[in-house]
This record gives sequence, structure tokens and C-alpha cells, in this order.
Amino acid sequence: MTDQTIELLEQVNAARSSNSTLNILGGCSKRFLGREQTADAALDVSKHTGIVSYEPVELVLTARAGTRLLDIEAALAEQGQALAFDPPHFSEQATLGGTLACNQSGPARPWQGSVRDAVLGIRLINGRGEHLRFGGQVMKNVAGYDVSRAQAGAYGTLGVITEISLKVLPKPKATLTLVQTLDAASAIQAMNERAGKSQLLAGACWVDGALYLRLSGSPAVVAGAAKEWGGNELDDELSFWRSIREQQHSFFSSVENVWRFSIRSSATLWRQDAPWIIDWGGAQRWLRGEFDFATLEAEASDAKGQVSLFRGERRNDEVFATLSPGGKLLHQRLKKAFDPQGIFNPGRLYSWM
Amino acid sequence: MNSHTSSLRNDLAKELHRFMSAGCVISDAETQRPYESDGLAIYAAMPLMVVLPETVEQVQNVMRLCHKRGVPVIARGAGTGLSAGAMPREDAVVLSLAKFQNVLDIDPQSRTARLQPGVRNLAISEAAAEYGLYYAPDPSSQIACTIGGNVAENSGGVHCLKYGLTVHNVLSVELVTVEGDLLSLGTEGLDSAGIDLMALITGSEGLLGIVTEVTVRLLPIPSSARLVMAAFDNVQAAGDAVGAVISDGIIPAGLEMMDSHAIIAAESFANAGYPTDADALLLCEVDGDSDEVQDQSVRVEQLFYSLGATVVRMSRNDEERALLWKGRKSAFPAVGRLSPDYYCMDGTIPRGQLSYVLTEMQRLSEEYGLRVANVFHAGDGNLHPLILFDASKPGETEKTEEFGGRILELCVKVGGCITGEHGVGVEKLRQMSVQFSREEIEQFHRVKAAFDPEGTLNPGKGVPVLKNCQEYRAIDAAASTS
Repeated sequence: MTDQTIELLEQVNAARSSNSTLNILGGCSKRFLGREQTADAALDVSKHTGIVSYEPVELVLTARAGTRLLDIEAALAEQGQALAFDPPHFSEQATLGGTLACNQSGPARPWQGSVRDAVLGIRLINGRGEHLRFGGQVMKNVAGYDVSRAQAGAYGTLGVITEISLKVLPKPKATLTLVQTLDAASAIQAMNERAGKSQLLAGACWVDGALYLRLSGSPAVVAGAAKEWGGNELDDELSFWRSIREQQHSFFSSVENVWRFSIRSSATLWRQDAPWIIDWGGAQRWLRGEFDFATLEAEASDAKGQVSLFRGERRNDEVFATLSPGGKLLHQRLKKAFDPQGIFNPGRLYSWM
Repeated sequence: MNSHTSSLRNDLAKELHRFMSAGCVISDAETQRPYESDGLAIYAAMPLMVVLPETVEQVQNVMRLCHKRGVPVIARGAGTGLSAGAMPREDAVVLSLAKFQNVLDIDPQSRTARLQPGVRNLAISEAAAEYGLYYAPDPSSQIACTIGGNVAENSGGVHCLKYGLTVHNVLSVELVTVEGDLLSLGTEGLDSAGIDLMALITGSEGLLGIVTEVTVRLLPIPSSARLVMAAFDNVQAAGDAVGAVISDGIIPAGLEMMDSHAIIAAESFANAGYPTDADALLLCEVDGDSDEVQDQSVRVEQLFYSLGATVVRMSRNDEERALLWKGRKSAFPAVGRLSPDYYCMDGTIPRGQLSYVLTEMQRLSEEYGLRVANVFHAGDGNLHPLILFDASKPGETEKTEEFGGRILELCVKVGGCITGEHGVGVEKLRQMSVQFSREEIEQFHRVKAAFDPEGTLNPGKGVPVLKNCQEYRAIDAAASTS
């Protein structure tokens, strides 16, 4: 547990005076995400660690951005609590800061919220070398713009996140996963219907011709609902959901590109013969293979959402969904508002930013 | 009014009439009067004019026209806001979204509703009910307030701890920029690439753009809900009981606390059966699957007894549940009956600080010679102190505001913030510099400038200008003339 605020500020200020750029690093578990990293030097946040405060009764935890997810999850588990957004780690070194910057949440996201949803406040070093505090450590706070949540998906382009306060939740008393053989179209329908009726759902994924539904609640209630819902109880549900969350499932082991669609949950499946995983009750879908980005973008738009290249070699082109001209202008202006010299993570999000 | 204002008004009206019908452009004082304030009526001013566009294209045209002429624009929904966020100014056009009242589409499959901004909050749930769905955020003003205003304020309600705020329940918006361009932000997916612009827009108090369409997520109506009421003979014990429920792993749908002033007022108003000799009352609602609700409500009941509750009652049916809620939901007007005027504050605190904050507030109450009643969203730490005062007594309004300001500063001191759900508006500009440093406030101004470079969207609200105190003087002037 170390506080490296002074060192981080010094490095940012050095970059400002030498007009150089910085590539913000945590545990390097998500280096494969986003565009190629081309900055002059690395800014290592992984030594800026430690849980600053944790009040289980308040359901609030504050940690430095370099704190490993594993360490946070262990501290929460001791109190019977957890990160509701169930984040992927991709490696043991994954940090809280990187998880927020890359907006990474796990299979329970549609029902238990995302990392962005859980964030209550942050501290941030902006491109002027100012260490700022936004939001707070309370559940509700509408003073000023929500700069904290705006970081989710910004990939560190607005500044260096140094500290994060989060809402945490009690661990569910029991979970259970039901599996049944089903074609993709029927699975999409089943997931959406179930999500429209039950408050017990905490995971809904279709892979390899089978639908997996995770229930969460008190033991008797979960067991009762399982009988009613039908399907077979999965023996080792933890490893199944881990394989989806961490992308260790065989679907992801190929060297082909993996595309991520974030779309309307009930969108009708297209490209029926292509390899898909349908997660988040239909709202997040993984597609594997070589495709033309523009073609996929048109398909995503028809499905009321977006597509980005999640895993792939081609990282010097754009990988994230194309913004509208107005959206692009706002991104350019916001970048300037936080980082006028363009110090942080140049080009990581978009080539022009 | 000076001749410049008058000729600007005439010119604008002429140009507006080219694309809007006469009844949708209001420029006479009498018809403008209802727009002079929002729900915080002590802040009032007359606008340059009021426009009520009927189409998105008209909104765009109004914005283009005002942008070209450098005229400020203040967006307004139902006007239920409690921080003077929609307070007019003499040089600004008030743009009312009142005509945009249509539920455009409900998709029961994907559980979303596409709405015009003037759709009332409660009307969303009413429209979704036939599909077994509802919209979760439920601010106290939900009968009247609109979804557009909810987005502007990031509205909460009594169910936030479990179901989140507006920011957690909105998927996308259509936004008309200050230049009059139409932008789509967010998608029907659960996230979008890039900077989270939806997070910036939600709670931005009309300073960044005009929301002309909103798509929200709907949830299944819980099959069962139960309310447990518990009375305590001291506030500390009630606070501990709240902590005990949460430590037990239960996330209640609603968890509300009232102090003795609020209990007495609410009971005499609603006859809900609250014990009027209690020092603190808790209302704890659990909802969900019926077996789960049964489990949890019994557990909550046991916890309350074991922590010294003097009375515990559990609702046996929906009528009883509604009656127990009625007292809480009518607490504001009920307290209002105790006094000619009341002023509703809105701070948040870490729950553990409740006892200290209430004691300090009592001390301040004696210092100012003004009574204060407290209702508290205990689950999420959002405190609503109601200061009782008489505006007809010289100086009492100013004293009340000062007292209110001290309460907000107290909230910041214990690690909380100056507004949980009502927004900064004009009312809390002063306290912004208690919660934020000069650099943080400057950063907010730069965010604003990214959306609105010339600063003509709802100017003088939300974020204080540091380099001078003109705004504070304007506030004082407005308050003393109302």
C-alpha cells in the first residue's frame, strides 16, 4: 500500500514541460484493448495502491487506482460483500483504475450494473497537472457534472485516475445456473422474456448451442425457481461464468479477430452461421472472424447499438465505433478541456484524439 | 425594462412567428407569470419571453435563432425543480418542453421506453404496466415532474439504493445543441464507445444541451413488496438499525427515516398509524420474488426488535403498505402545515454520521431560532431537512437561507455533499465552492464550454463563476424582491 501521488504528479508535470506524451499503465492486463500505444513514455500507476477506506455498513469502498482487483475482492469477501459488476481480470495484475478506464464489467452487468454505475467519485490528474476530486463517497451526489462516470470508456484520455470510490453490494446468499440446449434465436427470446418477468436473473448467456441462466437470491427461493424454470443445474457454474467473463472459453482461443457488439438485447440474430457468443441477456454479443468493419457497423446500427474490435492484430486503424460528426466534435473539445496539450494516451481511443 | 430589451423581444417574436404558431410564443407579462419560478418560488424573475415548441425542428430553429443573436436559453420541464434551476432571467428565452408529451414507443421484449421529454415520470410506469414493467426512479414529484427534467437533475426517489438514479436507468437521448444541431447520445445497448457523454448530460441541469427524446430501461414489476415500520426512542438506535439491515446482506427497495417533528406532522396529516411519541421512525420496504420478500421482511422485523425498536409493524397487504407510505410521502406538505413557509434542503452524508449531523442541526436550529424537521432517505444517506419559517417576518427568509447553507456545509464537513438529488441551480452556487476547489470548478467550466462555448445555455446556474461575485449579488437581489 503506497501513495505515489507526488511521483505521478511530477511525471505529469515533466511531460507537460517537455511537451511529451504518456501511456498510462496499471497491471497491463488490458493492453490488448483499444488502439496501439504510441506515447513517448510510460506512466506506471500500478505502484499507487491500497484501500484508502472501506465501510461495509455504508456499502462504500475507496481505493487507489493501482490497487489490484484481486486485493479489493479479497477485502470485500471478508465482509460478505463483492463488486456487483463482477469485472473481468484478464490477468492477476488487473487494477481498479484500468477497469474503470476501459469500462469492463462481467456477465451480471444487465442486472447488477456496470463499473460505471458503481462509481461514486474519483480523483484525477488532468493535463494541467492538477489533482482534482469529483463526486464523493455517498450514493447520491448531483453537484457538478458527473466527471467520474465520464471516465468509463475514455481509456485514460482525459487524465490519470488516481483514486476511485465505489458502491459495493452484499454477496448473493445463493446462486445457481440452469443449462438447456436451445438454438440462438430461441435463446434470445427466452433470455428477454425471463428478464422481463423475474428479479432473480443474474446472468444469461448462449454459447455452443446451449442457454445458461444464472439465478441469484436466497437458497430456498433460487432452488424453488430452478424447478419452475426447467433445464439442468450446472455442476461447476463458477468455472463456466469465469470462462465467459475472462474470455478463457475455447471460442476465444483462436487467433481470429473478436468483435464486440453492444446492442438492443432482443435484436434478431443475423449471420446465423458465424461463430457467436450471446451474453448479457442478448445485449453483448461476441463475433469471431475476419469482417469488414464498416459492414459490421451498419449491422450494429440496425440492431440499435455499436460494434468495436475487441481482440485483433489490426490496432493502428480505428477499433472503436465510429462517432457521429457531432459526437466527434464533443470528444475533441472534451479532450482539450481536460488535456489541452494531449499528454495522455494519444490515439488509444481514436486516431484523432 | 429598457428599450434594448423591448426591441430585442419584438424582433425575436417576429422571427419566431415565422415557424411557430402565435399561441406558442408568449411575450406578455401576464401569460409569462407562471414561468417566473420553478418549485423553489423564493427565486423568481421574469423572462424575456417563453416559447413552447411543438416539434424537434422548432426546437432546433429556436436554438439557431437564439445562438445567432447571442440570446441565452433556459430549458424548462414541469417546473417542479427545487433549486431554481429553471429560474428565468430578463435577457433569456425560457424554452418549455411541455408540448412533448408522447410516449413514442414501448418495447416489451427489450424492456425499453422511448419518450418525449415532457412525459411525466409516473406516466412511464402507467404506460408500461400492461407489459408487467415499470420505470424505477420515482422522485416525490413523480405525478408532475417530467423525464426531461429527471435527466437534467439526475433525479432519484425513495428506491435509489436498490434501483439507482436516473443515470442508471437511461440508455440514450436525442439532444439539440446550443447551435441547433441534433445529436444522438448513447444507444439501446448498455454502453457506447468513447467518453461517457450520457453520464455528463445526466444531471447537467440544462447547461449542456436541450434533451428532445429519452430512451429508458424498464424493469419487471416486483411480484411482491412489504413494508416494515419500526419506531425507536432515539435517533442513534434507528441509525444503527439501518446499518444492521445492510450488514445482514439485505438491500431494501426503500429505507426511510423521519425524526419526531416529521412523525407528528405526517401522522396528523395522513393517519398512517405512526407512534407519535417516537424519536425516530424507520420505514423499510423489501420487494421482489414473494418467497424472498417473506424471508427478508421477517428478518428485518427480527433485527428491528433486537435493536430496541419500541413498535414494529409489518404491512399485511398492499393497502396497509400504501397507508404506511402515505405518511412519508406527504411529509413535506404535512410539515408545511406547521408553519407559514418551509424550506426543503437536500444534502447527503455517510449514514454513520447521521446522529452527529442531527445533533449539530439541532444546535443550529436553536442558534437561528428556527425549527427544523428531518426526513431522510436513510438507505442512501440523502437528508432532507425542512426548515420552518415565516417569509412575512422581515429578515427571516435570509436567516433561513443562511441556516440552510450551514446545514449543507455540515454535510460536506462529514464527507457528504451539498445536493443528493435537487441539483445546484441558483440555490446552492455558494456551497459549490465549499465542496469543490477553484481548479475543480474551473474544470467544470471547461466541460461546459465543450458543449456551449459561448455560455448561453442556462447561464448563471450549476457552477459558480469564481472571479467575481456578481451571481451571488443577483441571488440576493432576486430573493429580496420576491
